[in-house]
Amino acid sequence: MHRKRVVLGVAVAAAAATVLAACSSSGSSSTSSNSTSSSGKVTLSWWNNANTQPLLGVFTNIIKQFEAAHPNVTIHNVPMQNELFKTKVTPALRGNSPPDIFQQWGSGQQATQVQSGKLADISSDVSPWIGSLGTPATEWQTNGKWYGVPYDLHVVGFWYRKDLFQQAGISSPPTTIAQLESDDATLRAHGITPITVGSKDGWPDAFWWEYFAVRECSQSTITQAMSGVSLSAPCFTKASADLDAFMKTNPFQTGFLGTPAQSVPNSSVALLANGKAAMELQGDWDPGAGAGLTSDKNLFSKLGWFPFPSVPGGAGDPKAVLGGGDGYSCTTGASEPACAEFLQFLTTPAVQKQIIGAGVGLPANPAADSDLTVSAEQDAAAANSAAPYIAEYFDIALPTTPGQNLDNAVAKWFASPEPTGSAIISSVSAP
Amino acid sequence: MTRGTAADAGLTGPGAAEDTAAPGPGAVRRGGRFVRSRKLRKTAELSILLGPALVLFLGFVIAPIVIGAYYSLYNWDGLGPLTHFTGVHNYKIAFSDPAFVQAIEHTLLLTGLSLLIQGPLAIGIALLLNRDFRGRSFMRLVIFAPYVLPPAVTAVMWSLLLQPGGLVDEVMKSAGLGGLVQLWLANVHVVLYSVFAVLTWQYLGFGIILLLAGLQGIPAELKEAAAIDGATPWQTTRRVTLPLLGPTIRIWVFITVIGSLQVFDVIWLMTQGGPAGASDSMATYMYRTGFQNQAFSYGTAIAIIMFLFCFAFSLVYQRFALRRDTAGALTGAVG
Repeated sequence: MHRKRVVLGVAVAAAAATVLAACSSSGSSSTSSNSTSSSGKVTLSWWNNANTQPLLGVFTNIIKQFEAAHPNVTIHNVPMQNELFKTKVTPALRGNSPPDIFQQWGSGQQATQVQSGKLADISSDVSPWIGSLGTPATEWQTNGKWYGVPYDLHVVGFWYRKDLFQQAGISSPPTTIAQLESDDATLRAHGITPITVGSKDGWPDAFWWEYFAVRECSQSTITQAMSGVSLSAPCFTKASADLDAFMKTNPFQTGFLGTPAQSVPNSSVALLANGKAAMELQGDWDPGAGAGLTSDKNLFSKLGWFPFPSVPGGAGDPKAVLGGGDGYSCTTGASEPACAEFLQFLTTPAVQKQIIGAGVGLPANPAADSDLTVSAEQDAAAANSAAPYIAEYFDIALPTTPGQNLDNAVAKWFASPEPTGSAIISSVSAP
Repeated sequence: MTRGTAADAGLTGPGAAEDTAAPGPGAVRRGGRFVRSRKLRKTAELSILLGPALVLFLGFVIAPIVIGAYYSLYNWDGLGPLTHFTGVHNYKIAFSDPAFVQAIEHTLLLTGLSLLIQGPLAIGIALLLNRDFRGRSFMRLVIFAPYVLPPAVTAVMWSLLLQPGGLVDEVMKSAGLGGLVQLWLANVHVVLYSVFAVLTWQYLGFGIILLLAGLQGIPAELKEAAAIDGATPWQTTRRVTLPLLGPTIRIWVFITVIGSLQVFDVIWLMTQGGPAGASDSMATYMYRTGFQNQAFSYGTAIAIIMFLFCFAFSLVYQRFALRRDTAGALTGAVG
C-alpha cells in the first residue's frame, strides 16, 4: 500500500511539474516582468487596441522615439482587438501579472477597476502638466486622483453626405428635431435613406437615447444620474418618449436591427460611405471607419458634421456634447516615473500629430487641433472644445455592469419602441 | 501491517487468503510475492499512464466546475474578494429573467429542429451518396465543404448574403419568390430560423460524413441476402440498413444535442443574440451577462445551469440510448 502511494505520488508530482512548467514558461513569455532590474533597465508592457494599420505603425514609431529619448526603458507593445478589452482587463487585474499600461476609457469603468487596487495613482507625476489637456481629461480622475491619461478624445454627432443633401435640395443641416424630421421626409421623397444606424451592435442605439437624454436633462441631473446609478429623473422618461416619436417617422434604413456598426461591407458606416444613406449619428472616427469600406477617394470632402439638434423644452444645454476618449492607465507594478512619462509623451503635440494623423480621434491636447486633416472633423473638434460640458458615454460613465445593461436595454427597446422606456430606466439597477 | 508479513507469519485469515492460490505455506510466500509484484506493476503502470491525464482532468475540468459552482453563489464583479455571499440568488434571478427563459426556449428549439430536420436530411443524403454514381467523390467533397469552414467565416459570409437586398433576396426575387423575402436578420420573428438555416448549412456535412462511415461498416452480404430473399430496395433500407446504422445515428444525436445546447459562435457573430434577444441562446446570454456586463458570478451561474442541462442529458442518454451500443465494448473486455 505504501509503495502504491509513493508511485502514485511520483506520478502526480511529475504530472504537476509538467503542468507547472508549461504554465510558467508560457506565463513568462507572454507577460513582461514589470520590475526594474539591477542595471536600471525598465520594461513596460503596453496593452492597446491599435491592432490595425495605420495606428499600429504609428505606435511602433512612437515607441522607437520614446525609447531613443529614454534609453533605459523598453516598451513591449501588445496590440489587441478592441472588443477584447471588455473581457481581458478584469481577469488581468484580478491576476498577479497585469500589464503595466492598458487601454483606459476613464470615468465609471475606471472607478470599477480602481477597486482592484492594481491601478497606479499617478497624480504626483502628472499634476505639473495635465492641466494643459483641459477639462476632458478629468474623466480619467477617480475620487480626485489621476489613474489615467487620455491620448485622444471623441465626440458624437451627425455625419452627413453633403452631396445627398444637395441632391434633395437641403441647403443647411437641421438645428432642431423638427427640422431633422422634415429633412428625413425630403430625403425619402428623393429616394434616399435618411439615416443609417448599426443596431446589431447596440451601442450606436445607445448614442441616440443618450443624446435625447442630454438634451432633456440638465447637466447636474446627468451627473447625479451617473454617480448615483439611477435614471429615475423624469427627463430620462421624456428622452424615451422623444426617441419613440422620432422613430415613428421611420428615419432609419431597412432592416437596421440587423445592421452591424462598422468593419464590414454591410455595416452602417459603409452605407454612409457609399452614399446609400445620408446621415449617421456616430463618433468622430466615422470618416476613418468608412474610408476603408468604400472605393470613393473623395469621401472626406463629401462628409459634413453637425451637432445633435436641439429638443424643444429640454432642460439640457443644446451645445452640450456626448463624447469620451481613449487613454491609458498604469498598474501598480509598473516602474515610475517611466510609465507616467510615457503617458505624458503620448500627449505632446508632436506625438499627438502622429496619432490623429492615423484618423483615430480628436487630439487630447488642444494644441494639436489644427493638425486635423478632414475639415468636418475640425467642425467636430470645435464643437467639442466649445461645449459647456461633455457628457461621457453613459456606458463608460456608469460602473461597468449597469453601463452594459443600459446598452443592452436600449438595443432591445429599439426592436419595439414605446414611450415610457421603463425597461431602459430600470436596466441600470438590474444585477 | 502489509499482506506480505501476514503471509510470512503463516497467519490465516482474509488477508492471507486473498493472496493464496496454492495450498502450502512456501507456495503462499512465493505466490504472494509474485502476485504482489504483478499487482504493483499494474498499479504503477496505471498511475504513470493515467496520472498525468487524471491530474489535467481534475485540474482543468473538475476543479473549474466546482470553483465555478462556488463563485456562482456570490455577488462578484470579478475584481474584489469574494465577500458578498448571496446563496442561490443568481439562479433565482436567472429563472425569473424572461430573457434567459427565452434563451433556454431558443436553445431547446434549435436542438429540436436540428434533430428533426438535420437528422432525416443527413440520413437521406448519406444513403444517396453511398450509392455508386459518377462524381460521387466530388459530391461528397462539396457537401462536406461547409463543415470545414470556420464558423466565423460562415457567420460573416451568411450575414452578407442575408443582408437586406443581398444575394439571397435577389435570387429569391428573380425566382419569382420576392413575396417571401424577409428581413432575415432584423425581423424578431424570423431571425432564429435564419440562424438555424445557417447552422444546418454548416453542420449537415458532419452528420453525413458520420453516417457514411457507418454505412461503410454494413456488410454488403446482408443487403445481397435481403435482395435474394426478394426484398425491395425500400425494404432493404428500412429493415437492414437503418437498424444497422442505429449506433451511428445514436452517436450523431448525442453530438448534435450537446453541440446545440452550447451553440455560440455562429449566433454571436451573425446577430449577437439580437435583435432584442430574439436569437439568444444560453451561451450568448451567458457571454453577454458574464463577460460583457462583467457580472461574473451571475454569468458563472448561467454556465452552471448550462452544464447541468448537458450533464443531465448525457447521463439520461448514456443510460437509455447509448448503453446497448457500448455494453459489449465496455463490459466484455473486463475480466
